Amino acid sequence: MENNSINRRNFLKYTGLSGAGLVLGISNANAAVVTATAVVETGQALSLLTPYIIIEKTGKITIFNTKPEIGQGTFQSIPALIAEELGISSDQYEIKQTSGESKFGPMQMSGGSMSVRLNYNELRKVGAAAREMLITAAAKQWNVSEVECTAENAKVTHQPTGKTLTYGELVETAAKLEVPKNPTLKDPKDFKILGKSAKRQDIPLKVSGRAVFGIDAELPNMVYASVERCPVFGSKLKDFDKTATLKVAGVEQVVEVERVFGVYKTTGVAVVATNYWAALKGRKALKVNWDYQGKEHFNSTDYTQHLRDLARNEGVIDKSEGDFDKIFAESVQKVEAFYETPFVSHSTMEAMNCTAHWHENGNLEIWTSTQVSSDTVRDMMSRFGLKEENITLHTCFNGGGFGRRLAIDFIIEAVNLAKTIKKPVKLIWTREDDTQLGPFRPPTFSALKGALTAEGKLAAFQHKVISPTILSFLNPAFDKTKVDETMVEGISHQAYEMPNMKNVFVYADIHVPLLWWRSVTSSTLAFSHECFIDELAHKAGKDPMTFRLEMLTKESDTKRVLQKLKEVSNWDRPLPKGKGRGVAQWSFFAGLAGQVIEVTKLSDNSVKIDKVYVVIDLGTVVNPDTVKAQMEGAVIMGITAATKNGIT
Amino acid sequence: MAKYNLIINGKKAQVEADADTPILWVIRDTIGLKGTKFGCGMGLCGACTVHLNGQAIRSCQTPISSVKATAKITTIEGISANIDHLVQKAWIQEQVPQCGYCQSGQIMSAVALLKSNPTPTDEDIDTYMAGNICRCGTYERIRKAIHVAANEMKKK
Repeated sequence: MENNSINRRNFLKYTGLSGAGLVLGISNANAAVVTATAVVETGQALSLLTPYIIIEKTGKITIFNTKPEIGQGTFQSIPALIAEELGISSDQYEIKQTSGESKFGPMQMSGGSMSVRLNYNELRKVGAAAREMLITAAAKQWNVSEVECTAENAKVTHQPTGKTLTYGELVETAAKLEVPKNPTLKDPKDFKILGKSAKRQDIPLKVSGRAVFGIDAELPNMVYASVERCPVFGSKLKDFDKTATLKVAGVEQVVEVERVFGVYKTTGVAVVATNYWAALKGRKALKVNWDYQGKEHFNSTDYTQHLRDLARNEGVIDKSEGDFDKIFAESVQKVEAFYETPFVSHSTMEAMNCTAHWHENGNLEIWTSTQVSSDTVRDMMSRFGLKEENITLHTCFNGGGFGRRLAIDFIIEAVNLAKTIKKPVKLIWTREDDTQLGPFRPPTFSALKGALTAEGKLAAFQHKVISPTILSFLNPAFDKTKVDETMVEGISHQAYEMPNMKNVFVYADIHVPLLWWRSVTSSTLAFSHECFIDELAHKAGKDPMTFRLEMLTKESDTKRVLQKLKEVSNWDRPLPKGKGRGVAQWSFFAGLAGQVIEVTKLSDNSVKIDKVYVVIDLGTVVNPDTVKAQMEGAVIMGITAATKNGIT
Repeated sequence: MAKYNLIINGKKAQVEADADTPILWVIRDTIGLKGTKFGCGMGLCGACTVHLNGQAIRSCQTPISSVKATAKITTIEGISANIDHLVQKAWIQEQVPQCGYCQSGQIMSAVALLKSNPTPTDEDIDTYMAGNICRCGTYERIRKAIHVAANEMKKK
């Protein structure tokens, strides 16, 4: 694989477009174009209309996807934003994944539901600018007015005469033009791609074994590694005996290697072999002594009790309206409840892995599945004192992300190892490593208090969040005395009209690595917040849907979502004996959603889920079928987290 | 290390490996067919599913020494040359994969299921496919796609 190298091109002009750099240039050199699946060497000179679009004279078009594909569909949706405005159809371009090259901007990452949300107009502008340049080039050639020309299906048509020129025929002239700073965007009613369910271009690759994931990297003379790390978090490596390991056929070396996850650092013992099976066998034969640093007694039961004890602390106020303390103290009808969520593992199907190669000239090359291409390159530059041109990252398809691949601990580990052993190495975590070593979703506890009026209306409400925080791992300067806003996300802008309410945060210390897990606090705080609303409804003797809607007197998105949910789920239709239903809603990064779940009580008192109704309000959507797929998958993942055991 | 003769996707291959090496690593790293995935190494997730004489097996639990030289191994790369196996077509029609990592295994299991049971019910599918885990949660679409493929096979 060879990356598309920026220094092979003679850039003629550079201009900025709202942070997304617009580069325009012509290459006379032979160029290598890499797709996510295969290397396509082309002898054709090609032109680059912005770094995001390559149009070759042959007419071949390549669009770059800056957002790593983790299953969420950015491989289709991000290029679609450009293609729509460029005036090409879905089968007229190839997609190439970017890998942290700074010309594609600083935010080549997938996380926080940001990809489409924050790039919707900017990437459309990229496509529109290129379209306007192609139209200008055609109009010049024909000596006609630009307004008489249209661009569609990769060609410009002069409407009065029906003359056409393909983008390939126009690109050389177009590339010499000034890049329009404020191109005109299409009227959404003219959209041919956006907002319509489309087939994802990565799916044929994924049903044929052709999609290249990080774990599929293959280099000449590559060795394989597995690392023994201490299962007790916070331990230090004392010493190890590699005698038996080195006797395993295929094992070449046994060396120390450091894993770095923010402020969390540990040293493990890497077994390097000619094949992965030998590395695993060699690892089993290792004898390692750890200094547990007194951390061997840490356990979930004690920590759970610790969080319960912390709930007695005042905490720091995140938000306060009215006078919760006074009204709650005066009330007769009160409810209190405590909710616990466990550590949860991301458990991506593709376990963490990274292939790293330090070339003889000191250049670093990395193949991996990551959600953070830009961060990876930046980290490697500062960590190893490299310049951007000394690093080549290959961001592959991610076999699941869910937030786990926002951290690059496994990349740093592999790069460290490759540096030590001076060979290209593929480091693969075992499933046990992946489950045992974190980072995990934080165990987030909630202490809730509520009071009702005599008429059964909400009078006072307090949500106290007791949680260790993710940022304390990622940011050495983290201030433990303040509210970690990322840990109260969701409840800070909860939608119910509450006359006297208070949100409080209590910081809990921990040494177990933590990280964002799909939806982050929406999967922990929505659970406690909405379950407690049910408790209050129950106390008030009211239907949970009615109780909620009574707290939404003003028009709001939340009210609309709940009303729609009530309608589609036939909420008022009585269910047979032994069946029941529940409702919850929540606002998250990118919008808001509500669900009604119908269940049957089984003879052993367990519950069978019969049906899940989901109403979601996301505003503008690129591919409705992808949203539907995400809803289907999120329901399964949520139910799994709610009903299966956490990590203990 | 010993030499083993294999037939993978109709092609003969001779490989050198330790007797206890799971054929998963031979298929991926010695032969170079990367479509078969490592998921758990314990036969729990199904990502490594391939066919041995038409039967779905977990390649991470199958030592190379247990595979006869005459046995036919089929991987995801071997079920069609042009992504046009009816199961693959159904998977595309229903837009099943999300991250896609488990889907080679899912498809290999589905192909084996339809061979033994050309008209599976939802329950048959749930039972047969239970060993193939998808963390993205594409199970609904997998079930739908298997029905689509079964119907298409009936027409042929």
